[in-house]
Amino acid sequence: MKLDDALARTIYERAALCRAFEEESFRQVQKGNIKFPVYLSAGQEYAPATVSAWLERRGLAERQIFIQHRGHSTYLAFGGDLDKLVLELLGDERGCAFGMGGSASIQSVEAGIYGHDGLMGSHGPIAVGMCYANRKPTLCFTGDAAAEEDYFLAAIGWASTKGLPILFVVEDNNLSILTEKKVRRNWEMDKVARGMEMAAFDLEDDPEQILARIDGALERPMLLNVRTHRLFWHAGAGIDSTDIFDRHKAFGARVGADWAAGVNERSRKTVEEAWARNLRLCAK
Amino acid sequence: MGEKSPTLREVIKETVRHHLTVEKGVALGQCLTAVGWVGGTLPELYEDDGMVEVSMADVAGGGFAVGMALAGRRPIYVIRYQGLNWLNAPSIVNYACKSKELWRRPCPMFVRSIGMEGAIGPVAGSSHHSLFFRMPGVKILSPMTPGEYRTAYREFMAEDEVYCVSEHRGSYTNTEELPDVLHDAPDFALFPISICRFAARQAAEELLAEGIRVAVHHVFRLKPFAPSREALASVGRARAGGCVLDDDYVDGVAKALAHDLSAATGARMRVLGLQDRTAGFAARVDNLPPSKDQIKALVRDTVGKR
Repeated sequence: MKLDDALARTIYERAALCRAFEEESFRQVQKGNIKFPVYLSAGQEYAPATVSAWLERRGLAERQIFIQHRGHSTYLAFGGDLDKLVLELLGDERGCAFGMGGSASIQSVEAGIYGHDGLMGSHGPIAVGMCYANRKPTLCFTGDAAAEEDYFLAAIGWASTKGLPILFVVEDNNLSILTEKKVRRNWEMDKVARGMEMAAFDLEDDPEQILARIDGALERPMLLNVRTHRLFWHAGAGIDSTDIFDRHKAFGARVGADWAAGVNERSRKTVEEAWARNLRLCAK
Repeated sequence: MGEKSPTLREVIKETVRHHLTVEKGVALGQCLTAVGWVGGTLPELYEDDGMVEVSMADVAGGGFAVGMALAGRRPIYVIRYQGLNWLNAPSIVNYACKSKELWRRPCPMFVRSIGMEGAIGPVAGSSHHSLFFRMPGVKILSPMTPGEYRTAYREFMAEDEVYCVSEHRGSYTNTEELPDVLHDAPDFALFPISICRFAARQAAEELLAEGIRVAVHHVFRLKPFAPSREALASVGRARAGGCVLDDDYVDGVAKALAHDLSAATGARMRVLGLQDRTAGFAARVDNLPPSKDQIKALVRDTVGKR
């Protein structure tokens, strides 16, 4: 699929909402309003924003989505309810996982998003099993570390064997906490998937690159290893380095700097209002 | 001529056939359609019928089953040796068993975990239901009779829970139900689990001939464990307390149940199960469940009639 202007703006708007949410969550952690470990996904917005926009353009409304522990952006990009996510981070039972899921185990029944249990990579086999059982288009987002789990690799193999309509999206930030990929392995996920007879590609988190490869996904098994750039700490509110590439800044030029600034401002306001509204609700 | 009673093996096979052909569920596991059909407990059905061969990746296989459960297909997941629970259980106990409470998404599945023993070494032998027992959100049953198996399946289909069904190959030829053995004034009370139930019944019969009255309260439902009022009264009356017998290591289900029985009645409870050592293949180093003679010896020692 080609990246036209309308699609680029849709992707940018989704990514902007995700970024605004993570920046505000960062502040809420610092303020002490979030009282458990939070896995912020700033810098990883463009894989879910692009895939969700592609799905929408294709008119594929029926799908099931499995997300990783660092999943706020995936949740929001695929239409998860903003207020319910805020409430979940506040530990409120009106949250998307009834106050049980924290940051790592969020879900959205309305958006077809299934939660993660905290056992790294366990959602790989579960996504494959569900896809096998009902043959519905299935998306499985995972990190580059969770994808190393032996059972995740086995799940890729069985999905390929059965020719399932599943798309694995590896959000490859190169880090397991702070341990780089090169320390952990000498292979790449796309090569492993290809070795298992699955269409697989290694890409930057540039929407143009993702869209150039994604056609045919959900008709046959496919894996996209998308190289992302985590901006914040593994867990909590902190910054590992100020010298990290930021796709959101770069893509702003593609959609027009002034327009992008407006979108960012509106997203910031939407998120701030949601936090204020739900903090008041929880204080009652 | 009365109709021949079906064996437990036949009942399991018919249960699976019904599940696939009538309920349109799925059954999955490794090497299901190989020679033997898992001890003759599976009907000769294939993938198009819902009998799904998965890869030999045990941990992932458990996850595939969970995903099928999440899709509402009520999978029967076959674990051919209970020692393989170690690899197959992670997603079952961490996702399926927690999903209903955590996300209000039930994940009903029927895990057929099959015990056996004798010359099969350090991993494959014995029962290992204790692995599931310590986790929330699971019901554990150990049916040893045709009637119990039908009950287990019927209850599973009526609920939306995760069922761990601890089977034992030694029971597959059984055609009889196993009623409790009751005495007004028992000397001792046995609470046998799984294959130990057969040895316990024999031991009680032989001890009665020696003048020792041993009540036997079969444990079909391991979790939640809710002994009947009759069973509690029996062990409460038993002169020398009671014992939980298991085909698993005693540091698990056996001690937990013994604790519950002791707390409820004040009775002094003991446990007898696998010895706390690794099983080897040769007979001299095997690790088998309590035999009839071992049970009798324990009872005699405890009631003071040796």
